[in-house]
Amino acid sequence: MKAGIVLFPGTNRERDMAQALRLVSGRDPVMLWHRDTSLPQLDLVVLPGGFSFGDYLRSGAMGAHSPLMREIRSFAERGGHVLGVCNGFQILTEAQLLPGALLRNAGMRFLAQEHFLRVETADSPFTRDWSKGDVFRAPLAHGDGNYTAAPDVLDRLEAEDRVAFRYVSAQGQDDAADRRCNPNGSQRSIAGVLSENRRVCGLMPHPENLVDPDLGATDGVPLFSSLVKSLVA
Amino acid sequence: MKIRVNVMLKEGVLDPQGKAIGHAFEVLGFSNVGEVRVGKTIELEVDTADREAAAAQGEAMARELLANLVIEDFAVEVAE
Repeated sequence: MKAGIVLFPGTNRERDMAQALRLVSGRDPVMLWHRDTSLPQLDLVVLPGGFSFGDYLRSGAMGAHSPLMREIRSFAERGGHVLGVCNGFQILTEAQLLPGALLRNAGMRFLAQEHFLRVETADSPFTRDWSKGDVFRAPLAHGDGNYTAAPDVLDRLEAEDRVAFRYVSAQGQDDAADRRCNPNGSQRSIAGVLSENRRVCGLMPHPENLVDPDLGATDGVPLFSSLVKSLVA
Repeated sequence: MKIRVNVMLKEGVLDPQGKAIGHAFEVLGFSNVGEVRVGKTIELEVDTADREAAAAQGEAMARELLANLVIEDFAVEVAE
């Protein structure tokens, strides 16, 4: 699996992402600069976490218009796989490669904590190594993670099985109104979504930070092993 | 020509910043304050003497970058 990680000024999670990709796929990803105007031959493009352009205007708004995003858009339109984590998810929504938007967390606080996610579909290249209903740990590190979209968009995401992950309690219960289950106030507790062709996925939490047994848990590994399985034909 | 683009969260979109400011007003003793909403104003200069062209350009810039229409509304003023 050949993966490329896109760097913007202010990106800061690219090394964690590279380490996760390296550990699980056995292959070094290439680093790409947002001002590049062409993409190398890749199976997967990753937009990692951070604070691209200092979150100026809106989180992800400036990054969405970087020159390389034009290439990534056509890569996605050709059926390429794109993963956006945290700021990468914000950039994908700002670029309208994924529906919805990410507002300031409902409690106004930056969340830096561990939380639990439930896998809502195993039918995607990002989630096939999980089973629907699996609950796993994932670190959160964001101020603008409150997922929102128009009610008809949310209905459609659910009808098309495009909610990838939901915020839940440790026991796997979701309750959008309870901050202990849904810490940032996201609508319908949505933590991650898929594109219409299921090949673009964005999520706020950081599975890439829980892949190394030396760090105490490997809950995030299935995201990457799913991709390896899907993309190494 | 100077253009002013005002961007506000849409009606019904939760504005936690506005809420926090509202709470602060209560603490300060401004007890008659209802809902508080926070937006932003972007002022920019464009090199044209044509007011209509300036307004149209402001609208295009708001749609493409300054506002996220999923969550925000905007209004364009041509200031001078």
